[in-house]
Amino acid sequence: MIWVDTIVQGILLGGLYALFAAGLSLVFGIMRLVNLAHGDLIVLGAYLILTASTVFGLNPFLAALIAAPVMFGLGWLLQAHVLNRVLGADILPPLLVTFGISIVIQNGLLEGFSADSQKLSVGALDSASLALGPVTLGVMPLLTLISAVAVILILNQIFYRTALGRAFRATSDDAATAGLMGIRPRNVFAIATGLALVVATIAALYLGIRANFDPTIGPARLIYAFEAVIIGGLGSLWGTLAGGIVIGVAQALGAAINPEWQILAGHVAFVAVLLVRPRGLFPRAND
Amino acid sequence: MTETLLSTHGLTAFYGDFQALFGVDIELHRGETVAIIGANGAGKSTLMRSITGQLRNEPAMIRSKGEAIGTLDAPDVLARGIAMVPEGRRLFPSLSVEENLLIGAHGRKGGGYWQLETIYEMMPILRERRHHGGTALSGGQQQMVAIGRALMSNPEVLLCDELSLGLAPVVVKEIYAAFPKIRESGASIVVVEQDIGQALKVADRVYCMMEGRVTLSGPPGTLSREAIHDAYFGVSA
Ligand SMILES: Nc1ncnc2c1ncn2[C@@H]1O[C@H](COP(=O)(O)OP(=O)(O)O)[C@@H](O)[C@H]1O
Ligand SMILES: [Mg+2]
Repeated sequence: MIWVDTIVQGILLGGLYALFAAGLSLVFGIMRLVNLAHGDLIVLGAYLILTASTVFGLNPFLAALIAAPVMFGLGWLLQAHVLNRVLGADILPPLLVTFGISIVIQNGLLEGFSADSQKLSVGALDSASLALGPVTLGVMPLLTLISAVAVILILNQIFYRTALGRAFRATSDDAATAGLMGIRPRNVFAIATGLALVVATIAALYLGIRANFDPTIGPARLIYAFEAVIIGGLGSLWGTLAGGIVIGVAQALGAAINPEWQILAGHVAFVAVLLVRPRGLFPRAND
Repeated sequence: MTETLLSTHGLTAFYGDFQALFGVDIELHRGETVAIIGANGAGKSTLMRSITGQLRNEPAMIRSKGEAIGTLDAPDVLARGIAMVPEGRRLFPSLSVEENLLIGAHGRKGGGYWQLETIYEMMPILRERRHHGGTALSGGQQQMVAIGRALMSNPEVLLCDELSLGLAPVVVKEIYAAFPKIRESGASIVVVEQDIGQALKVADRVYCMMEGRVTLSGPPGTLSREAIHDAYFGVSA
C-alpha cells in the first residue's frame, strides 16, 4: 500500500512541474520560442510575491494577485521590446538572448535579495493534510495539482474558444497570412508571453510555499519544465500536464527506493518516454 | 468619373537586389472588376503583395482613395478596406472552416453585408463543412473558404490572386459564379489570373503584365486576341 501513497504523492508533485511547464509550453506552441529564462522568471515571480506580501502584510495568495498583473506587464514588455527583435528563421538568437536574460535575472535577484533562501508561508496551511485511508494528501500539494488542472483548462478554453485563441493559432500557423487578417503577430506574441508569466506567477506561488527558493534555482526548474513539455508533446497543453505527472511520479518512485535517486529517476523517465515515443505522448498533428 | 479606390503610380518592387516590378500603374474604380493577367513570373503576385503591405514601397507609389498607403503594413491596409485572397489560399490548418471565416473579421469594426450567415447562403457547402479542418476540404472548397474569409472583413476592394490555380475548369466556373453576388455587395474586385478565359469574362478592364511591366490595358472587348497574345508572351518575331 505504500506504493499507492508514493504514486499519489508523485502525481501531486507532477502538478507543480506542470505549472512550471505550462507557460513554457504556451510560448513554444505559439511562437516556437524556447525561453531559457523561464525558470528564472518563475523565481522572480516568487520574489515579487514575497515582496508584496511583506510590504503590504498580505497572505501569499493575495500577494500573487498583485504580482500577476506586474508579471503580465513584464512579459509583454520583454516580448515587445526584446524577444520580437530576435524571433526569426534562425533559432539561435532567441536562445542566446533568453540565456542572457536568465543570467541577468539571477544576478539582479542576488543583488536585490542576497543568496539567502526564502520561503512563502501560509501559516497552518503549510503543513495541513487530509488522511484518506492509506494515503495522506497534503493540502498545498493538492491545491497545486488542482491549480495546474485549472490553469490548463483555462488556457485551453482561451486557445480553442476565444477570438484571442484563434489569433494565437492562426499566427502560429502562418504569421504573414495572419497579418492579412488584421492580426499583428508581434502584439499576439506579447500577449502570449504576458499570459505565460501570469501562469509563471501561479507556479511561483506554489514553488515558494512548498519549498525554499533562492536566486539560483531557476535553471533546475527550467529543466523539469522542459522535460514535461517534451514528454507531453510540443505544443499540447494537456500533454504538458501528463508530462509533469510522469516526471513527478518517476521522482517519487525513485525517492522511495533511494532518496538520492529522486532527481535521477525523473531524468531517466524523460529519456525512457522519448525512446518509446520520440515526439512525446500527445504530439500535435501538424508540426 | 467614378471614384478611384486603389491605384499604383510607377510602382517598383525588389526582392533583395532582384527587381520584380518596373513602374507599374494600375487603377481600380468603384464598382469595377479589373483583371490582371500574365504568365508565371510576370510579377502579378508581387503587385498584390506590394499593395497589401507585405513588401515595402515608397508611400506615394500606392494610393487608396488618394491617400498614400505605400508604407502601411498589412493590418493597416486591411483597415483601409482592402482585403486579399492570397495565392495558394493559405488557410490556417489549426482552424476549422468556420474559424477560418471568423478570423477574416478579426480587424473589423462594426457590421456590414458579409457575416457568417451571408457567406453560408452564398456557399452552402461551407455551412455543411463548418466544423471540418480548413485544410481537409477539396481545393475548390478551400478556395471558397479563402474568398469567404476575405469577405468577412467587408472590404471595399477584394484582391484575388489566382483563384483558378490547380482547380478543374468546372470548379473554377463554380467559384466565379460567386462574383455577381460579391459585386452586388458593393465590393470592387481585382482578379489576378494566368488562366485568361474566366478573367476576361468577368472583367470590365484588363491589364496584361510581362516581366514586371504592364504591357497592355483596356476593356476586354477592345483588345484583339493577337494583342493579348503578344502582351502575354512577348511579341513573336
Ligand atoms: N520571395 C521571392 N524572392 C525572390 N524572388 C521572388 C520572390 N517571389 C517572386 N520572385 C520573383 O519575382 C518575379 C515575379 O514573381 P511573382 O510576382 O510571383 O509572379 P507571378 O505572380 O506573376 O507568377 C519572378 O521572377 C519571381 O521569381
Ligand atoms: Mg503569382
